[in-house]
Amino acid sequence: MGLVRGAVLALVLTGVLQIPTVTAQQKFITVASTTSTENSGLFKHILPIFKARTGIDVRVVAQGTGQALNTGKRGDADVVFVHDKVKELAMVKEGAFVNRHDVMYNDFVVVGPKADPAKVGATKDVVASLKKISAAKVPFASRGDKSGTHAAELRLWKAAGIDVAGGKGGWYRETGSGMGATLNTAAGMNAYALTDRGTWLSFKNKADLTISVEGDKRLFNQYGVMLVNPANHAHVKKELGQEFIDWLISADGQKVIADYKINGEQLFFPNAKR
Amino acid sequence: MNSLLEAFSSAWHLIAGFDAELAQIVGLSLQVSLTAVVIATLIGLPLGAVIAVERFAGRQALIVLLNALMGLPPVVVGLLVYLLLSRAGPLGSLGILFTPQAMIIAQAVLITPIIAALSRQTIEDAWREYEEQLQSLGAKRLSAAMTLIWDTRFSLLTIVLAGFGRAAAEVGAVMIVGGNIDGVTRVMTTAIALETSKGDLPLALGLGIVLISLVILLNTLAAVTREIAMRRYG
Amino acid sequence: MLPLILDSLSFAAGDTAIIRDFSARIEAGPRSIILGPNGAGKSVLMRLCHGLLLPTSGRIIWHGTRNGERRRQAMVFQRPVMLRRSALGNVVYGLKLAGVSSRECVLRAMDVLEVVGLASHAGRPARVLSGGEQQRLALARAWALGPDVLFLDEPTANLDPSATQDIERIINAIHAAGTKIIMSTHNLGQARRLGDEILFLSKGRLMEHTPVDRFFREPASSEAAAFIKGEMPWD
Repeated sequence: MGLVRGAVLALVLTGVLQIPTVTAQQKFITVASTTSTENSGLFKHILPIFKARTGIDVRVVAQGTGQALNTGKRGDADVVFVHDKVKELAMVKEGAFVNRHDVMYNDFVVVGPKADPAKVGATKDVVASLKKISAAKVPFASRGDKSGTHAAELRLWKAAGIDVAGGKGGWYRETGSGMGATLNTAAGMNAYALTDRGTWLSFKNKADLTISVEGDKRLFNQYGVMLVNPANHAHVKKELGQEFIDWLISADGQKVIADYKINGEQLFFPNAKR
Repeated sequence: MNSLLEAFSSAWHLIAGFDAELAQIVGLSLQVSLTAVVIATLIGLPLGAVIAVERFAGRQALIVLLNALMGLPPVVVGLLVYLLLSRAGPLGSLGILFTPQAMIIAQAVLITPIIAALSRQTIEDAWREYEEQLQSLGAKRLSAAMTLIWDTRFSLLTIVLAGFGRAAAEVGAVMIVGGNIDGVTRVMTTAIALETSKGDLPLALGLGIVLISLVILLNTLAAVTREIAMRRYG
Repeated sequence: MLPLILDSLSFAAGDTAIIRDFSARIEAGPRSIILGPNGAGKSVLMRLCHGLLLPTSGRIIWHGTRNGERRRQAMVFQRPVMLRRSALGNVVYGLKLAGVSSRECVLRAMDVLEVVGLASHAGRPARVLSGGEQQRLALARAWALGPDVLFLDEPTANLDPSATQDIERIINAIHAAGTKIIMSTHNLGQARRLGDEILFLSKGRLMEHTPVDRFFREPASSEAAAFIKGEMPWD
């Protein structure tokens, strides 16, 4: 009886007491990024290298783009690293962030059932293929969560002149979740979906899906990094945060990003302007 | 069926391989949920006991509220605690968002009503049986409540285990206030959510099996302890 | 503490009157038996006197005070409630509540356990004891507090004859040591064995308050006469 109580007490005390001392000693910053970036495995590749170079621990909180931007705005992170250039620039203008730098891009692809029920065929034209999918009323799984991917998807439907509101609940299925969950759903119901290549390459539940459309310039997905404005939040670690940003856009950081491959295939293409 | 077999194989390899990352995640899960249940018990148990024996205006309404709070959705608790601890929120200067402390707080908030509501019922049932005798022996209400807590300790232990189970099983609260940060705030349930979102279903299920095994182990320990104590005290 | 004066005591639960206009004067000394059929209100009367219930009207006056200090009285119930601890622990519990020092508690507890014949069971969990042993323990627990008055509410109603004998013997020992006994029962034989005076209750009213011999020889009320005749001879 006493032994069990002692063990529990020890576990609890170390839990409550230890963590503050650990955080006090280490240099770290909090970066809000997206689930797709996290799921691609990029951070597991580049962050240990950054730590070796600078001794700074980068803690990534992976959320949807909208949530990540909000986290930065509230001051709960030091740096934000997402892929919705339009929103990012707008928020820099608002004053929530200090500046914005291009870091890298990858592309979106449309995935769909190998049997290709919408008869999309081998095409590079994403707008044409979306028209075919909507005409055939074949299931399409959308994230529906105001993420960068979702925003890109909606822009493509608009370019195709299609109002998806008509298909909601029918062939157009909004999952309201992250990329992985949406792909799980698409795999489960043999649907088409728009996804970033990074998530797709590292996704392990492809089931019967394959890449339907790729290579269209409109599928370009730009990533940007921003420092949370210390004028709004005095506690922001602006020096350490800036160090991370500077490294990402430096020749060294850019090379490390380019080196990240899955099965020999590069996921992200560095394009920072110096 | 294939996935299930893969999952068991996955779980076995994880455990047998003493994977360091897994050990860290398991350790953190235990720390967070155990600490949370200790805090919740320290608050909820006396609260339940007092409500059980005292009579006061609004008592029935309070009991209804406590019972209802048992059904608090974890994700809602997470959101509320997040808004409290966010830099933009009232307790932001503490700077504990995205740390294990925030997770402990969120889980403690989640399970305190469970422990309070259930212990209130247990102690009130015992009070009906013991009330006359304890009053006759000269016990005042609050002292009687203490005595009842000790006398119903085996039922209360089950309640505490239920609270721990709820904490260890939830993902909504710790995901929001912890951020599932690799090596810092990643626990079993958020790790499972992550692997699921990466499509690695066998690994996710394997982690799930590890988690369930852990909880079974803890419950077994509690049952053995109870057996030994029962024999001593009857 | 004594005499205990009950003045026009009434108790009603909702619309039902259980004790009606009960007046009596209970002196120190004789063993008082509250006798009556089931449903007469004996248990409620005991609880009113002991302070566990408040009367609807009327007064309970202990010697010199309006309500006697509860600790100078103790009560043994029909069904003993045992705490989930050892026999010794149960007795010590009441003593601790009374503010007795830890060492004193154990000494006094062992003394009373000795008297009731449970000293060898002191370390056993109280809940595994037999019905008779538990009731003996309840007696020990009550008596350890050193009360001036000991209430007993049908203490042997659930016990077999041998256990009943044990209990009656202990009650007499307690009486001999100077504690006033007020006990309720519906058992005529027990009333005759243990009682010095009888307070006969019927439907919540005090019908008679007489010394035991006179009660059984010449019951003054028809209800009492019927009750005595109606009981089985071997009860």
